Amino acid sequence: MNIREFIKNNIVILDGGLGTLLQKSGLPSGELPERWNVTHPETVTEIHRNYYNSGSNVVCTNTFGANILKFDRDELDEIIRCAIKNVDEARKTSSGKQEKFISLDIGPTGKLLKPLGDLDFEKAVEIFAETVRLGVKYGADLITIETMNDSYETKAAVLAAKENSDLPIFVTNAYGENGRLMTGADPACMAAMLEGMGVDAIGANCSLGPKQLQGVMDELLKYCSVPVIFKPNAGLPKSDGNVTYFDVGAEDFSQEVLLSVKKGVRIIGGCCGTTPEYIGKLKELTKGLQPKAIEKKSYSVVTSYNKAVFFGQKPVLIGERINPTGKKRFKQALVENDIGYILQEAVNQQAKGVHILDVNVGLPGIDETKMLTESVCELQCVTDLPLQIDSSDPVAMESALRRYNGKAMINSVNGKKESMEAIFPLMKKYGGFTVALTLDEKGIPETVQGRMDIAKKILATAAEYGVDKKDIIFDPLAMTVSADKMSAVITLETVRRITQELGCNTSLGVSNVSFGLPSRELVNAAFFTAAMENGLSAAIMNPYSERMMESYYSFNVIKGLDDNCMDFINFASQQESQPTAKNENKQTLIDAIEKGLKEKAAEITEAMLSENAPLDIVNLHVIPALDEVGRRFENKTLFLPQLLMSAEAAKFSFEVIKAHMSAEGESVKKGTVVLATVYGDIHDIGKNIVKLLLENYGFNVIDLGKNVPPEDVLAAVTETKAPLVGLSALMTTTVPSMEETIKLIKDKAPWCKTVVGGAVLTQEYADKIGADKYCADAMETVRYAETILG
Amino acid sequence: METVQTAIFEEPPINEREILRYMSSRGGEDELRPLIRECLDELRGRLSYKVCHITLPIEIDGNKIKLPCGEIESHNLAKNLSGCEKAVIFAATIGVEIDRLIAKYSRLSPAKAFCCQAIGAERVEELCDDFCESVNEKLGAGGEMLKPRFSPGYGDLPLETQKMIFSLLDCPKRIGVTLGDSLLMSPSKSVTAFAGITKRQEVSR
Repeated sequence: MNIREFIKNNIVILDGGLGTLLQKSGLPSGELPERWNVTHPETVTEIHRNYYNSGSNVVCTNTFGANILKFDRDELDEIIRCAIKNVDEARKTSSGKQEKFISLDIGPTGKLLKPLGDLDFEKAVEIFAETVRLGVKYGADLITIETMNDSYETKAAVLAAKENSDLPIFVTNAYGENGRLMTGADPACMAAMLEGMGVDAIGANCSLGPKQLQGVMDELLKYCSVPVIFKPNAGLPKSDGNVTYFDVGAEDFSQEVLLSVKKGVRIIGGCCGTTPEYIGKLKELTKGLQPKAIEKKSYSVVTSYNKAVFFGQKPVLIGERINPTGKKRFKQALVENDIGYILQEAVNQQAKGVHILDVNVGLPGIDETKMLTESVCELQCVTDLPLQIDSSDPVAMESALRRYNGKAMINSVNGKKESMEAIFPLMKKYGGFTVALTLDEKGIPETVQGRMDIAKKILATAAEYGVDKKDIIFDPLAMTVSADKMSAVITLETVRRITQELGCNTSLGVSNVSFGLPSRELVNAAFFTAAMENGLSAAIMNPYSERMMESYYSFNVIKGLDDNCMDFINFASQQESQPTAKNENKQTLIDAIEKGLKEKAAEITEAMLSENAPLDIVNLHVIPALDEVGRRFENKTLFLPQLLMSAEAAKFSFEVIKAHMSAEGESVKKGTVVLATVYGDIHDIGKNIVKLLLENYGFNVIDLGKNVPPEDVLAAVTETKAPLVGLSALMTTTVPSMEETIKLIKDKAPWCKTVVGGAVLTQEYADKIGADKYCADAMETVRYAETILG
Repeated sequence: METVQTAIFEEPPINEREILRYMSSRGGEDELRPLIRECLDELRGRLSYKVCHITLPIEIDGNKIKLPCGEIESHNLAKNLSGCEKAVIFAATIGVEIDRLIAKYSRLSPAKAFCCQAIGAERVEELCDDFCESVNEKLGAGGEMLKPRFSPGYGDLPLETQKMIFSLLDCPKRIGVTLGDSLLMSPSKSVTAFAGITKRQEVSR
């Protein structure tokens, strides 16, 4: 029988701990247990057999750390072949009469993924893929991905399993005492992401005992529509001075697990410290027990790596500001690959209280796939809000969805055949929650019924692809009232009917309604309130608009959606405390920059722009202030943190000037400098400081980030014809890769000078590896750049 | 048989002076303190303080330190551990959230990123102090004490030693610390170290 069939009507018993039993059998500490598959097959098989004998339906192979990082290709092949053979041998020779399956066991790589660690996401997928392919080759019945403490790594493993096999996939994560994974996800986040990706069962294993994990199990049972797995440790590790033991015995353990089974857990076993005795007890206690039916849940949810946002409860605000439409400064940022500008927009909108950020970086002439993917990855470094990926290019959409850490919101699909054929398969593969526009090949229907018909067509097609209606949110399209006075009425009525008749969520890009009218915000806010009253679940909106925010918070109060009116009170008190800034003390821009006052610097710059030419502000105020701070830094009367604060204040001032100039169609940039922290090194704080100062002085900085391969540096230098490249390294171990990068530049881009810096470098070192210049700090780099690019 | 143990510590009190020292700031403290507090506010409740450790018999032979799991050659470590027959080997971390904040601010505000680096350094060192202090207290009963800790990368103790420590302690599974290709740890605010155990009177003499 197939395990997928078996789960439908049975409680599934897994195996228990392996590592501790191997150690008891003589595995020395420090030796890789996976090697014992080959060197001690009898011992390993014996342990597996004992589990089958005590009632396990599924036994996992001894391959927790069997991956290409730890073993070379040939050894890995041999280890996995033997590992599966050992379980198979145990299965054949076991006295147990139950259904028996072999699971390929996959544990974490032992490395953290970028941006927190140095392992690239696609590399992680490839590592897991190697193991999966071998598991398939040697005949595993299913794949168990276990003890994952990072949602992103879990996603990489699941993708690898899906792309390289059709086997059923079980996933269990290691939750800490706070009920979250080490990198932040809670059970709701994991359930949403993993179910979206179509795994067969979801659960928790390791880290804690059965009692401490009950809360996690309750949450998983609440959110999962697939079978839930519970594989806890035998309590917590205790030490009697010499030997570590686990503090929950087989009887207590099984009783505790039984409780969860009664609540609906379908698949049970044990992790560290559990033995065949524990499994035998589980088997005994659950014998004859009718498994609880698994209810289909209908939560509409999107997640980030640590946040789940639910639709259909309180209206959800989706920030619309990461979008170049009608924004010159934003377009300029995209053209210049100025990710920092986009990131700042994200942080600012989050501060205004939005729940999700729309991300649209489509612009003619830029590589949208690359830009969108990079933006999504970078945004997830600065915000924990879920993202709504907004693109009409399915290739860009897939690339961004793949790298997204969580279950993303997709913007959008519509009733056109081509659109549905592109988006629904992506949802099936990566998971997702999509906005569906009620338009099709014939355009946008003018009637409510016309839009309803398209909505129904979209739902029917989605169902054919196996996409559930809970993962679709309809946008019935806000049209301009100034062009047709009934257009808002039609949209509102469609919102109401979709909510009531189809039981689906709705979203609107609210501000379209007022196009062409004066005082647009008044109309937007009224429309927003009316739409919410008709059932609107989400709005794509401008969170900087006070009117909109007022409508939102007031609506929640009136509808009983704001407990104790706390959100409203918070919002109102912020509004009141804001505009009290007095202009009595006449601070100059130079003062503000020297003291590192960011907001002040921006404010003064804004005021100065009415009377001064932008470039005069830069040359007569910003640069002299920076020069003065730089001089004090060089004289050691002021130190790095103060220099940085001043540089940031200057940056704020610059940002105001840039926005002004791009509105006028001008630009302030001097020549181009490429910066990178070399391959192997992830310490980029020094490089970022250099970047900030170079930007302050008006250079166009192409920042390649950290851990950058030499070829990528060369590619950027060649593409931009940059006359200067700056390289940083902190570790002695990464200086060789700096040398390699310099060699490559000298060889293939001889026009380009190289400047190096970083903790381990000295003039002598720099000379040795052939750099043109060594700079001890950021100011010196600026001075050098001025001599090269003057 | 000695086994690896894992311990979770309470948050050590914040030492602002030490943070300022890590920011290598002399003067300008009035401007920096608000910055430090903003970062501390954002970090509140997000750090975890974990240590995994093992006590092993050691044997010093010239520049060689012999452990049950292998041999290390380092003049400085040998000197540090001289006179000890046992040593504690440990890994400590304040968790991954500090790196999230550093990653965030290295993109938005190098001043804050710098500040978070300093806070992280101060936090993990305080954690190591607390851990060593707790070991010291236990050793006191048996008339023993802990010598100052010594980490890979100090003096001539090569970073390569990290590999031995990691295979010994199984840090990824126990406390979520991983070792990158260039021997850097993630989370970055993690410390591995040796600390020799010696008789109390020998030092007081």
